[in-house]
Amino acid sequence: MIAQPLMLSLKVILVASVLILGLGLGLGIFLARKQFRGQILVSTLLNLPLVLPPSVVGYFLLMALGRGSPLKEWLGIDLLFTWQAGAIASAVVALPLMVESTRAAIAAVNPELEAAARTLGSPESEVIWRITLPLAYRGILAGFALSVARGLGEFGATLMVAGSIPGRTQTLPLAIYDAVQMQNYGLANQMVLLMTTMAFALLWWVRLLERQKDTTQRQPRKGQKSQRPSGWYWRISAVAASRRIAEIAPRPVREEGL
Amino acid sequence: MELIVDIQKYLPSFTLEVAFRATQPEALGLLGSSGSGKSMTLRCIAGIETPDQGTIVLNNRVLYDSQKGINLPSRDRRVGYLFQHYALFPHLTVAENIAYGLRGQSQAAIARQVTEQLQRVQLAEFGNRYPPQLSGGQQQRVALARALAPEPEILLLDEPFSALDAHLRSELEKQLLKTLASYHGLTLFVSHNLEEAYRVCPQLLVLAEGQVMAAGPKQRIFDHPERLAVAQLTGCKNLSRLEQQGDYTLRALDWDCTLDTLEPLQLTHTHVGIRAHRFTFPTQPSQPNTQPAWLVWTSESPHRISLYLKLGSPPADLDDYHLQAEVFKDVWHRLKDRPQPWWVHLDPAQLLLLRP
Repeated sequence: MIAQPLMLSLKVILVASVLILGLGLGLGIFLARKQFRGQILVSTLLNLPLVLPPSVVGYFLLMALGRGSPLKEWLGIDLLFTWQAGAIASAVVALPLMVESTRAAIAAVNPELEAAARTLGSPESEVIWRITLPLAYRGILAGFALSVARGLGEFGATLMVAGSIPGRTQTLPLAIYDAVQMQNYGLANQMVLLMTTMAFALLWWVRLLERQKDTTQRQPRKGQKSQRPSGWYWRISAVAASRRIAEIAPRPVREEGL
Repeated sequence: MELIVDIQKYLPSFTLEVAFRATQPEALGLLGSSGSGKSMTLRCIAGIETPDQGTIVLNNRVLYDSQKGINLPSRDRRVGYLFQHYALFPHLTVAENIAYGLRGQSQAAIARQVTEQLQRVQLAEFGNRYPPQLSGGQQQRVALARALAPEPEILLLDEPFSALDAHLRSELEKQLLKTLASYHGLTLFVSHNLEEAYRVCPQLLVLAEGQVMAAGPKQRIFDHPERLAVAQLTGCKNLSRLEQQGDYTLRALDWDCTLDTLEPLQLTHTHVGIRAHRFTFPTQPSQPNTQPAWLVWTSESPHRISLYLKLGSPPADLDDYHLQAEVFKDVWHRLKDRPQPWWVHLDPAQLLLLRP
């Protein structure tokens, strides 16, 4: 049966998307706009899920959701081994991609445009809403698509906090593992094809957004060749060291992967 | 109408220290080479950058006061800013760009004002276009209309012509002057182009390395630059270090000659200058300051010709010259067949005595 894990996957990713969009956009805007002490610490912590083993992320989530956590002890909410826990795991693992791409897209907006909006009487919230976000939206959307693709494929942390209960928490990636364990290759093949197609479609969309981005962003100055920012999501999936490069040169010359 | 600026800002390469008052409706020009702090001054007035110390007061409203801890955000300053590269919002139409600064009014009132502004800059049919679809000159006019629409108390123009092709500039300059004539507020005009600044602004403020070098009516600044940097910025091509020899006599070290002056020399004077078009070429050395000169080479522009002259002795090569003179073609035709050396007259009344 492929319908059940697919529906579960969709339900999980839908809730995770809301979390990713809300938290990722908020944190991305905040990190792009505010200079504060400990900024590097915060963004490093936020990026940890990218590089930590899924079991470690899962372990932290167990501690945050399980016995002894404020959520359970004070509020009496027990999310462990529910699909909601799976959604949280997906969101946490995908969040760094959303935060980083939002931050990068906002940083790439020509600051003169924002300054112009301010001299024309815009309060800060209006500058973000009417100038910054519309100009950065393709980059943000690309980051969102990437996060969704990542969240959809989430396996390890989900297994630890939601388990792999068929019909209740068993999403597609977990169901594939199960099917292979049972040597049910026919079922595994179907699900693998489905997963691959979805991931491919999402990444394809990311590429398309990347391509169109140039038309709305920073107008190249006269005589300056327009450069297509490219390969940025390979860069953001690397660690903090390469992120410094992204900050120094927000418009990198074409680079295909690392 | 009054703008009072007295600010300091520490920048990596120099300290910006400007103080001036602008009270007249005609544009005040801030003239300086690139990196002299003129754009930074505008940005401080607009609230895009924050000075480190000082005050900015516009029509009795304190925009910035470091001691009282006042720093109004840009949005409350009521300044219009024309950015060097216009900073038009590419995702909004021309009409939406102009309407952006109009707030707290009915849709109909805003639409009427947008139409008015578009007519003012002769772009009535372009309201529905997007900025990237316009030419550079049209973009500049939209940016001007957008800055003027909210009726700011001061208009800040940051090199408004620098991104344009030469043939567009004079046309747009004319339009700008026309637009400014109907604007009832203060105007600051930043430029590195002295002729442009001279044409647009009756009053000039000359900046170099963050310091005010000269301020006053443009003609006075051109006639009496008084400082070396001002002479250079106002296009004086002949400058020489000087050694004082008497109250009215100096030795021009780089020109290798002794000259009489009309003004008395002071200890602070370190350089002497003369503008390229101020030379005359008598046939006899009957006046003071007439020197023998050899022609080294010439360079032609459509109406004038530049003569590179060596004083005192024949030149060794093409780089061996002292003075650059500019003459009209008819003068050149009379001069060119004269035997060398010619006589060149450095009129004492035209010598600029300069301090650093």
